[in-house]
Amino acid sequence: MDLLKFITAGSVDDGKSTLIGRLLYDTDSILDDQLEAIQRANRKNDDGTLDLAILTDGLKAEREQGITIDVAYKYFHTDRRKFIIADTPGHIQYTRNMVTGASNADLAIILIDARKGVVEQTRRHSFLVSLLAIPNILVCINKMDMVDYDKAVYDKIRADYERLAGNMEKTQVDYIPVSALKGDNIASSSSNTPWYEGKPLLEFLETVEVNRQPQTQQARFPVQWVIRPQTVELPDYRGYAGRIVGGDFSVGDRVVALPSGFMSTITRIELAGENLQIGENGASVIVHLADDIDISRGDMLVKADEQPALSQSFESDICWMDTKPLDLGQTYFLQQHGKITKVKIQDIVYRIDIQTLEKSASDSFGLNDIGRVRFKSADPLAFDHYASNKANGGAILIDSRNNLTIAALMIDKPVDN
Amino acid sequence: MDYLDHLEAEAIYILREVAGQFEKPALLFSGGKDSITLVHLAKKAFRPGRFPFPLVHIDTGHNFPETIAFRDELIAELQEELIVGYVQDSIDAGKVVEQKGKNASRNQLQTTTLLDTIAENGFDACIGGARRDEEKARAKERIFSVRDEFGQWDPKRQRPELWNIYNGRIFKGENVRVFPISNWTELDVWNYIRRENIKLPSIYFSHERDVITRNGQLMTATEFLNIDHEDIVQRHRVRFRTVGDMTCTAAVLSEAYHIDDIIEEIQLSNVSERGARMDDKVSEAAMEDRKKGGYF
Repeated sequence: MDLLKFITAGSVDDGKSTLIGRLLYDTDSILDDQLEAIQRANRKNDDGTLDLAILTDGLKAEREQGITIDVAYKYFHTDRRKFIIADTPGHIQYTRNMVTGASNADLAIILIDARKGVVEQTRRHSFLVSLLAIPNILVCINKMDMVDYDKAVYDKIRADYERLAGNMEKTQVDYIPVSALKGDNIASSSSNTPWYEGKPLLEFLETVEVNRQPQTQQARFPVQWVIRPQTVELPDYRGYAGRIVGGDFSVGDRVVALPSGFMSTITRIELAGENLQIGENGASVIVHLADDIDISRGDMLVKADEQPALSQSFESDICWMDTKPLDLGQTYFLQQHGKITKVKIQDIVYRIDIQTLEKSASDSFGLNDIGRVRFKSADPLAFDHYASNKANGGAILIDSRNNLTIAALMIDKPVDN
Repeated sequence: MDYLDHLEAEAIYILREVAGQFEKPALLFSGGKDSITLVHLAKKAFRPGRFPFPLVHIDTGHNFPETIAFRDELIAELQEELIVGYVQDSIDAGKVVEQKGKNASRNQLQTTTLLDTIAENGFDACIGGARRDEEKARAKERIFSVRDEFGQWDPKRQRPELWNIYNGRIFKGENVRVFPISNWTELDVWNYIRRENIKLPSIYFSHERDVITRNGQLMTATEFLNIDHEDIVQRHRVRFRTVGDMTCTAAVLSEAYHIDDIIEEIQLSNVSERGARMDDKVSEAAMEDRKKGGYF
């Protein structure tokens, strides 16, 4: 069965957690004891119905304040698909947690409060979704019950959002008017919006086609671990363990180890003792080579005729996630899958004004800022343009002073030193 | 790849990240189906090599005998190291005090034994079989969950966790709890167990057992429960959906003798797996509070 991972994003109080609660409720995904727990908690909406947001607001502090602080993962399925939902926080203070949920999503539901329209967090989250290269956006214009299911309100917000989406290439955008609270257009089409002819939310999610990654992706195999049993039975066994991130590998492929540049040929691909002719994209396997070359954790095998960029200087889109601002004098750690290298930030190419989406020069870069910077790394980094291979173009920045993850990197291209 | 292949590949990737990033990891083994699944995934990740970590069991002394027998057979077959931390030792050393009263359980006491075992062995990463679908506080936890030197989880200070990148950098004394099957549901685990033909302790399948009813739950009639004249011991056909120790794990009435029956039973069930865990029923935030205190 097919798996769809999606997030709900949008501003505080736009009803993200309520929407998820409603989806789970309407698909019978809430079990009796969980429902009892909600009833015991006795949190009611103004009209006396159960507050379904409590299903995803799993932390005490969230329930006390009625806000979502960190991403919650929920799982449900219908006959057509399995779903993993990441319910992400709307509050600007917790944008980093929204990015956490968004990094692995196939689709983003952006909620907009029909009474408020497109607001700053709508812009920020939409921009992040586009930067993270999530291929599909579904705009749910929520709380339609509060505006008397007025088509004009829906049309106005949709037109506003279309202007915003004009800047986001390669993203498929769809729109649904809903009331998460009342259940309009969630599991079934609502009689309150006869003017809306599209699918209700659930059916949309079950059937939407997702363009995950380009089909033309090149094969990448970052080595995580070298398996060398050194036993009497297997004195010479040497297998490179890792997960294929893009493309696929076959026995007989001529490969290069990066960054060293040594070449060899794949003699065997195995998973749990079973030999495979082809190692598929996404599979965790063990690869054997014809030659005994120096390869260790952090190195990458690629096909000799499909090489990624290999550079110590590169430009990257960046989302800053720490309260301590970017420091041009500081050495940070960069982690790209299992590879860690020291880096410095050479300069800030630009920062983006989230209101106008304009790029401007800037000396400072702080919490929740988005823009582009230029890096210099201690070791050469083998990477792809982020949008063409997320797993090999995405990276994080770690503050060596406190080990915190402080920025998300969507690497663009190598630059001349 | 179908979704089980995807979940499997993700879990193997995470296990190998633990091997690559930490000096002294351990796999927390409870004898339940989730940690048995983890062991199976570890075989896929590291064989024909040895596991780069020992298995660690925190033994409350109130385990189902079937679980302990299964554990010992599995270890003999794996030829891997097993380290056992005994709650009884923590009690004897005066570090914890046994609960009193009718519903006394050693579940809470495990945390101290766990933290001591981590400290004594210098473990910097502990792999566990917790899943996000089990409970709402678990739904919030990262796959690499950093604990401070007191083993505490701070849900407000979780590191961002993007793509397939797991930041396991810590200072000495801190440790990371790692949950490779975070994204699996109960049904996924059972479907995987069926597909891979993984052996399980017999108590997961229907059998006859003497039980008493406590707080609406069927508890094993054992010396570890303070049974008095108000309790009526009855014999029923039951099985266990989740396996903790005997004082906190309730049985369910079941005629599921084979794994196909179990999968069908779960699909029809209206009650969650942890609905049979007394330890979660203490309060709305029972799991969150225990995690903050250093629990799994």
